Amino acid sequence: MNAVSPPRLTLGPLLLHWSAEKRRDFYYRIADEAPIDTVYLGEVVCSKREPAAAAYFDRVAARLRAAGKRIVISTLALVTSKREIGHIRELAAAGAMLEANDVATVQLLAGAPYVAGPHINVFNEGTRDFLARRGAARIVLPVELSTASIRLIARGAGATEIEIQAFGRQTLSVAMRCYHARSHNLTKDHCQIVCGLDADGLTASTIDGREVLKINGTQTQTFEYGVLLPQLASLRDAGVTHLRLAPQDIDMVRVADLYARTLTGAVAADEALAELRLVTGDVPYANGFALGRAGAAWSAVPTA
Amino acid sequence: MTAATRPSDRYLELVCPAGTPAALRAAVDAGADTVYCGFRDCTNARNYPGLNFDVDELREGVAYAHARDRRVLVAINTFPRAGDAGPWHRAVDQAAAAGADAVILADIGVLDYATRRQPGLRRHLSVQASAANGPSLAFYREHFDVKRVVLPRVLSVADVAQIVAESRLEIEVFAFGSVGPMSEGRCFLSSYFTGLSPTSEGACAPASHVEYLERDGRMFSTLGKVTLNSFARGEPAAYPTPCKGRYVTHGRASYLFEEPVALNAISILPELKAAGVTALKIEGRQRSRAYVAQIVGRFRDVLDALARGDAMPQGLGDLKGEAEGGRETFGAYHKGWR
Repeated sequence: MNAVSPPRLTLGPLLLHWSAEKRRDFYYRIADEAPIDTVYLGEVVCSKREPAAAAYFDRVAARLRAAGKRIVISTLALVTSKREIGHIRELAAAGAMLEANDVATVQLLAGAPYVAGPHINVFNEGTRDFLARRGAARIVLPVELSTASIRLIARGAGATEIEIQAFGRQTLSVAMRCYHARSHNLTKDHCQIVCGLDADGLTASTIDGREVLKINGTQTQTFEYGVLLPQLASLRDAGVTHLRLAPQDIDMVRVADLYARTLTGAVAADEALAELRLVTGDVPYANGFALGRAGAAWSAVPTA
Repeated sequence: MTAATRPSDRYLELVCPAGTPAALRAAVDAGADTVYCGFRDCTNARNYPGLNFDVDELREGVAYAHARDRRVLVAINTFPRAGDAGPWHRAVDQAAAAGADAVILADIGVLDYATRRQPGLRRHLSVQASAANGPSLAFYREHFDVKRVVLPRVLSVADVAQIVAESRLEIEVFAFGSVGPMSEGRCFLSSYFTGLSPTSEGACAPASHVEYLERDGRMFSTLGKVTLNSFARGEPAAYPTPCKGRYVTHGRASYLFEEPVALNAISILPELKAAGVTALKIEGRQRSRAYVAQIVGRFRDVLDALARGDAMPQGLGDLKGEAEGGRETFGAYHKGWR
């Protein structure tokens, strides 16, 4: 019997651009029904989307807290403007627990506890230890890491919590340029917020018809949903403390419930995969990065 | 042959690529103030077959450059895999032993190691660290005493000027070569297609995973079996890098991320100088010695003219023949790019 307590589930920041009302209804349901420990709010992709999150932020946060959920505010992956820096400075001054996705946020926090987000490259023990000594209470590892690397980093992490995304599209790149705008022959500065037209991202296919990527504003993501159900036991053994579910435009309460039941052993990994398929429709799955292979690869075989 | 300028009367320092010892000598002979190179392994972001230096070659390269009053920087700018930091630590120690003038680092763990173990070795922050704002630069200055930051290729000239004004650091920017549109050091597109990580193995779109196939009279270029472009027979086929491929959105094929173009900032050097930039970087450690000599020579001539107070020389800025895809861009330096 394994003495390590099972990882807790978190809901990663909403990376897609949804309307204020859709966000509100989504988080109310998460608050009321989902077995989630921590909910990450806040905008990672583009500061032009922030008004949609701000509209119901106070009510959403209150409802999540009342339901016993912890709240972390995620911040931008690529910070360049004075306004963006000012916004992070305000959040830090207000004492919110932040997820830093750009080293700027780490600096602005000046040693206060924070979560190092997946866009800060923590690939090894040296970086883990340096950040942990200066306030990183939790580190969300980059999606590119294999379970072998995750094990090594989690093993010596001590009191620092280790989180890895276990469900949802994996972000492959961030940029200053907005590809969503570009696909509509627009530029980032005059984008008309066209990323809001695609609630689960914009599909990009190869010229010979294979769906390969999702465009989400300035981000590029996997076309596949990242699914680490076959790795859950291995990640648990490794001492991973938190598993992140990235919001997609599907029934995330059912996804959370399924992962929770898999972690407690109430449902076997292969049964969980069959059940997940009912929630996700025909979107393919990938777990290649976890397997140390091409990220787009998929195997349902459990990782030892 | 043009001599490089002394630091005191330099218009902008010219930092040039050397994928091989021969390219290092060619760059120095063509007028590079500074040359950058890497070791022949996964510790640098141009880990391609037939490129890079061993310790003895680095020592000889440093001697060649120092004899002509030029400098050599060593790029150790990938991110060590967990459990395997040895090669990166060894690279830092060997760069110091070979007499390199600075190391160009990206990983926080490697920066920490270099700061503690080789405090006398000057540290530059690699573009792979993607530090694009004042607070990030302050982080690396405070913790690792970096003296110079190579800025990501995502900033406009106005953005660059603001960062120079805020930071107390030397700023180096890209002036010529192949440019990726993604935030550097955090792009997993190539490993998504191939399983090899540019971030920790130093090879984006490795040739081992590239194939060109002929179908219905057209050439298709693929990376990791994923089709990235197609060309008419006889049309020059661009190398299949994920961010330079053609993809279909809204039923239309386009260069969704970036056209196959090369950055050429030669005509805006006065703007970069006015922004307070210290050094210009030429990309291309994977390019030939002849290419390096030609680009470096051209930049040397223009910088020398500008240093004398001459107007921008006419005709010297056109390098389309050398540019990727035969086309040039100002990239992010002009705000309309994004």
